[in-house]
Amino acid sequence: MRTIQATQIIDAVANLCIDSNRYLPRDVRERFTQCAATEESPAAREVFRQLTENYMLAEETGLPLCQDTGLAIFFVDVGEDLRVEGMNIREAINKGVRKGYAEGFLRKSACDPFTRANTGDNTPAIIHFDIVPGDKLKIAFMAKGGGSENMSRVTMLSPAQGWAGIRKFVIERVAEAGPNPCPPTVVGIGVGGTFDFAPILAKKALLRKLDDVNPDPKLAAMEDELLEALNRLGIGPMGLGGKTTCLGVKIAVSPCHIASLPLAVNIQCHSSRHQEVEI
Amino acid sequence: MAEYNLQTPLTDEDIYQLRAGDVVRLTGTIYTARDAAHKRLIDLLDKSEPLPFELKGSVIYYVGPSPAPPGRPIGAAGPTTSYRMDTYAPRLHSLGCKASVGKGKRNDAVKQALKDHKAVYFGATGGAGALLSKCISSARVIAFDELGPEAIRELTVVDFPLLVINDCHGGELYVQPDRKAAGLE
Repeated sequence: MRTIQATQIIDAVANLCIDSNRYLPRDVRERFTQCAATEESPAAREVFRQLTENYMLAEETGLPLCQDTGLAIFFVDVGEDLRVEGMNIREAINKGVRKGYAEGFLRKSACDPFTRANTGDNTPAIIHFDIVPGDKLKIAFMAKGGGSENMSRVTMLSPAQGWAGIRKFVIERVAEAGPNPCPPTVVGIGVGGTFDFAPILAKKALLRKLDDVNPDPKLAAMEDELLEALNRLGIGPMGLGGKTTCLGVKIAVSPCHIASLPLAVNIQCHSSRHQEVEI
Repeated sequence: MAEYNLQTPLTDEDIYQLRAGDVVRLTGTIYTARDAAHKRLIDLLDKSEPLPFELKGSVIYYVGPSPAPPGRPIGAAGPTTSYRMDTYAPRLHSLGCKASVGKGKRNDAVKQALKDHKAVYFGATGGAGALLSKCISSARVIAFDELGPEAIRELTVVDFPLLVINDCHGGELYVQPDRKAAGLE
C-alpha cells in the first residue's frame, strides 16, 4: 500500500486548472496551423490568425485563453493499492479547484440551477472516479465551457437505425449548432451503455489527442468518415464559412441493452483545454 | 465589405451604413450584460425604475469576464453565445440600444427588432478572450456587483474588432450549413 498526502493532490489539481486555462494543448495548436493552410476565405483565415495570436498572448500574459474557464471536469483513476492521507480524494480535488481558480484569476462559473446564485469558487467539480490496478493516482482535467456544452445532445436510437442513424444525428446536431459552440469544434461521441453512460463516454473521448488514431480500425474509419462529412457542412471557423467546421471526431463505445442504441454528442469548442497528471 | 471606425454612442446614421460582413473597430464606452443582468434590466423596466446606464445609443456586450489580475483592468473578455439574450434584446432595442456584441445565431424576433429600431448585431471572435482583453482600457462595475462575473460593467474600448453579423436591412453573415454536401439530403 502506497500512501500520498492530500496536499499533493490539492497542489496538482490547482496547477492543472491554471495551466490548462493558459496553455492550449500542442495538438490543438498544430491542428489550427494545418487547417488555416487549407482555408481560402479571408474571414476563416482571420479567425485562425486571431486564435493563434490569442494562445500566444495567453501564454505570454498569463491571462486565460477564454473568459469561460469552464466547469471543472475530472476523470480520476485511483490505484487499488493507494491510500490518501489527510482527507478524501473528492474533498482534495475540490480544494484544488478552489485554489486554482482563485490563484489563477479564473472565472467562477458554477451556480445554483434555480436561484442562479454563484457558488463563488467554481465547486463542486464534476468528478468521474474509476478504480484501477496499481498504486498511482491519475487525474485528467477538462475546463468545459457552457456554450459548447449547451449544443450537446443525448438520444436513444432504435437498434435498427444503426450507423446510418448515428451518422445522421451527429451531422444534424453540428449543423443545427452552427456558429453557437465556437467552431471549429471537437466532437466527442459516446455510443452504447445507457442513457446516463453514453454522455460520459462522449466526454471522456474529448480527452484524446486530436492526432491520435483510434486503436479499433472500424471506429477509426467512422471517425474519419464523420469528420469529413462534418467539414463538408461548410459552417467554418466561428460560422463564417470555410472548410474547417470540426478539428476532430472521437468515438467511444460500450455494450448496451439489446433494446437500445444510446448516443451522446458532446461538443467541445476550439479552445479544447485539458491536461492530466499522475501522482 | 467595408471597414469602419466607430465611436460610441452610436447613431442611426452609423447603423444605417453597416452591412453584414463589414468590419468595425469600435472605440468608446460599452456595457457588459449577460443572462442574469438582462433579467434584472427587464425587471427594472417592468417596475418603471431607472436603468444603470443610458440605453439610447448604447452598445451591450454579452460577456462575463474572468477576474482582473493585478496590473490589468480586466481578465479575458470574449463574447458569450447570444441566443440566450434573444428574449430580452428586442425590448432593449426598442428603447434605443443600438447594438449588441456576442457570438452565434439570433432569432427572427431579434432580426426584426434590428430592422424596426435601426440596430445591429456584431460578432466578436469567441474563445479569443485574452486577445480581446487587450482592447479594453478600463472596466468598472456599475450595477449588480453580487452577480460576480455577470455584473454590469462599464468598459472603455479602443479599436475593439467586430464583424457585422446581422444588419438593419435584413442582411446576415452566417452561412447556412450545406446539409446536402454532408450527405443529409
